[in-house]
Amino acid sequence: MAELSGKYLVGVFDDDDVLLHAVPQIRKEGVKIMEVYSPFPIHGLDVALGHPRTKIGIAAFLYGLTGCACALTLMIWTMGYDWPMIIGGKDPISIPNYIPITFELTVLFTAFGMVTTFLITNGLGPNRNNKFDLRSTDNKFVMAIDLNKNSMTQEDISDILKKNGAEEVNVKQF
Amino acid sequence: MHVTSPVRPPLVTGGKTYADVTEDICRQVEGKPTKPWKIAFTAAVLVLLYGTYCLAWTWWEGLGVWGLNKTVGWAWDITNFVWWVGIGHAGTLISAILLLFRQKWRTSINRAAEAMTIFAVLCAASFILMHMGRPWMAHWALPLPNAFGSLWVNFNSPLVWDVFAISTYFSVSLVFWYIGLIPDLATIRDRAQNKVSKFIYGALSLGWTGGAKTWARYEYVSLILAGLSTPLVLSVHTIVSMDFATSVIPGWHTTIFPPYFVAGAIFSGFAMVQNLMLITRVVYRLEDYITIEHIESMNKIITLTGSIVGIAYITEFFIAWYSGVEYEQYAFLNRMAGPYWWAYWAMMTCNVISPQLFWSRKIRRSVKWTFVLSVVVNIGMWFERFVIIVTSLHRDYIPSSWAMFTPTMYDIGDYIFSFGLFGTLFLLFSKYLPVINMAEVKAVLRSSSEKLPAKVAGTAKRDNNLNQSV
Repeated sequence: MAELSGKYLVGVFDDDDVLLHAVPQIRKEGVKIMEVYSPFPIHGLDVALGHPRTKIGIAAFLYGLTGCACALTLMIWTMGYDWPMIIGGKDPISIPNYIPITFELTVLFTAFGMVTTFLITNGLGPNRNNKFDLRSTDNKFVMAIDLNKNSMTQEDISDILKKNGAEEVNVKQF
Repeated sequence: MHVTSPVRPPLVTGGKTYADVTEDICRQVEGKPTKPWKIAFTAAVLVLLYGTYCLAWTWWEGLGVWGLNKTVGWAWDITNFVWWVGIGHAGTLISAILLLFRQKWRTSINRAAEAMTIFAVLCAASFILMHMGRPWMAHWALPLPNAFGSLWVNFNSPLVWDVFAISTYFSVSLVFWYIGLIPDLATIRDRAQNKVSKFIYGALSLGWTGGAKTWARYEYVSLILAGLSTPLVLSVHTIVSMDFATSVIPGWHTTIFPPYFVAGAIFSGFAMVQNLMLITRVVYRLEDYITIEHIESMNKIITLTGSIVGIAYITEFFIAWYSGVEYEQYAFLNRMAGPYWWAYWAMMTCNVISPQLFWSRKIRRSVKWTFVLSVVVNIGMWFERFVIIVTSLHRDYIPSSWAMFTPTMYDIGDYIFSFGLFGTLFLLFSKYLPVINMAEVKAVLRSSSEKLPAKVAGTAKRDNNLNQSV
């Protein structure tokens, strides 16, 4: 998460279903929601918030391609060019024998590349803290609204949140 | 959002709310170590110390301390290696394959099963290092110019494939497990009362906040990791089986090995998960999360894979006869009726007959029966590897070199080492990390709990009514 500054309105919801129904309503009233924090994934929430679809899959494919290329390059070069040897009567370069390692390295590169990308794009790193409401990793669903990016007054937004099922509305200043 | 079939029993019983889940799972992480845990941990560490002594002596003195001889050059070391790798298959199977198949019951058991996988693969890897005899030469297995000259490893060899398969499997499983842990570590961080745990869990949870964007990416990453891990799980034991299958030893040289080994691995892995979970659920009072339904589901998989293994045993015999190869035929007759007949029949009884008892609903829903039969299955699977390895080797082509294998105290001690290592790691895990994936359990709670926090008219309410009518 990027560094936060300014004044935020924090709506606390008790129920994921209430929240999921509230998000489009609140957005329809013109409130810009920064992010919603929940203790578990809520399907459809990112779509309701209007977040763009993640492109991490494309990255994963490219990492896999890299792994595949590295594996084949390593094996073809060492076995075929650097020190060619005939083992078991096979060609120095015998692609079928390279399939297992090519597969393993493709998986390895994809997994590590994708996880690294995941950590970086989410800004995850040691010793950062949950900023808005500690209960959002337990049983509450927390909606954060950046007041600087909304033209409405704090009271208006607060009313909209409450009308749509928020149990509490708090102000957070960073 | 979910439509639950009314005939399906709830995955989590006891009418838990989200807060209850957090409370129940965090309890043992936050509390002081209990007396039973301390006793078990001390015992595991003592076993590990004894094993470490045996292992140290094996390395100091050399592999001569084992009972190997000229004919039987692989015995307990590789038996134990394959056994542990096999056990290490259940965790990723549960979290990856069952994720792809949308089997929601996996949420209660995947965390512990994945931990088990990682520790079991570590135990397996320790046997790889042991059987090298000179572990300080272990880097020779890596694609470095051999001895830093100009030779390379032989990429045609399944033993080299194995190095890649096991290390990829271990590291990908570890990453998969850790990514799944992050949200739960954040839960513990946000509840932490003292400075030390705030710092440790704060560092480990990497600043997780659970934003919708993060969760969407998290789910996507989980799905791709699952998609990758699924063929990975299958590839690992396939490659382990190729260590044998690509050789020309009668009894090893069979094309049926890859699927047969994979089924056997899942079979023994689930049996080990059963053993661990049955103890964990009682000790940590998690009966509402790991219910009889979970146990039954796993028993069904044990029966399925056990039956595949049984068919594989019989197919091997048929093919040995059908091939018309005298040596192949002798190898199999020798397994069944030779000097190691007892190992063969132990394997047949434990692996083929015992899981068939689970056809009885009463038995597969009984905790005691499940525990006993799971132990039996793991004994049987150890014997399977012993039969394949030692029985195939001990009578080779020249009758004058026929020999028997007798384990020494170091063969046994090195096996004990792996139990000590596994026990110590698993106990540490079960005390300091959440044994159940809280976030995933919470996500299936609405569609599967008896008492639902339904407030909005529509889907949630309908789910509620359906569940109440059960």
